[in-house]
Amino acid sequence: MHNSPAATATHEAHQNPAHLHHFATAQQQKDAASLGMWLFLVTEVMFFGGMFCAYLVYRYWYFGDFGAASKSLAIELGAVNTAVLICSSLTVAMAVRCAQVGKQKAMVVYLLLTIALGLAFLGIKGIEYREKFVQHHVPGQASFHLDEHIPGHPDTPVNQQHAQVYFSLYFAMTGMHALHMIIGVGLFAFLTYQAWKGAYSPEYYTPVENAGLYWHFVDIVWIYLFPLLYLIDRHP
Amino acid sequence: MSEHISSVKLYVGIWLALLAGTSLTVFAAFVDLGPFNTIVALSIATIKAILVVLFFMHVKYAHEKMTKLVIVTAIFFLFILLALSMADYGTRLWS
Repeated sequence: MHNSPAATATHEAHQNPAHLHHFATAQQQKDAASLGMWLFLVTEVMFFGGMFCAYLVYRYWYFGDFGAASKSLAIELGAVNTAVLICSSLTVAMAVRCAQVGKQKAMVVYLLLTIALGLAFLGIKGIEYREKFVQHHVPGQASFHLDEHIPGHPDTPVNQQHAQVYFSLYFAMTGMHALHMIIGVGLFAFLTYQAWKGAYSPEYYTPVENAGLYWHFVDIVWIYLFPLLYLIDRHP
Repeated sequence: MSEHISSVKLYVGIWLALLAGTSLTVFAAFVDLGPFNTIVALSIATIKAILVVLFFMHVKYAHEKMTKLVIVTAIFFLFILLALSMADYGTRLWS
């Protein structure tokens, strides 16, 4: 009788105050929370997947126009932003690790660093968006004009309608990505406050872990957006 | 409680690999590889994504086996979405 799951569960519940009574073990509780987060991320994969599908269809139809429009983006800013996001993924991973080993102060510092890097990304994105308005590269503007030619055909100017489809997708995809970043920064602001108050311990850090999963997912979306939007036609 | 805790060394290594991948993909974009430019760019992106999922998102050490099933299912349905859409749009001009 001493080794029955119920006996173990009761025993463990006394050890870990975060363990809720309707889970057999604290490990099962953690696994359930993690699986739930992954299921949410699956819906996010399909959400962004729809936009990636639209991009794929139009890239195939308006191949040259997309290449020309892609060339007009600021590759340096895009590359720097990719690096910024990768650094923020490291700081999140480190924040989760600090929670696991019980380093509360370091966790707060890493969470603050993550927020700073997230805001840096959004700031650089804002500079890029502003540039688009200045250059009249915003779809739907009466003054929209992209002064490029089809790659490999110096005498053929781009089709302005097709170029607007590219910029529509550019703003939709980077805009939805940026919205996810803003939500993520908000989440981490809340987590920083909670961590500072001492709400997380090696026994209970599920919110930090799950927010981390969300942030890494948003990073992965950008890992695909960067080559598809910025790099498709850079070679001379 | 047997949660896997990765070493700082591993995290920094993955971080460096991701930064190296970013530099490599920017560099490769300026080399004319014909149709392979896109393939190379997306391959590097996929390697980076796999590193993030396995190590930063701890899937390599996931205690719950369902997590891996959920991820494979998501990739499978994303593949159906993209492949079958392109099977339609990509062949419309064939007569």
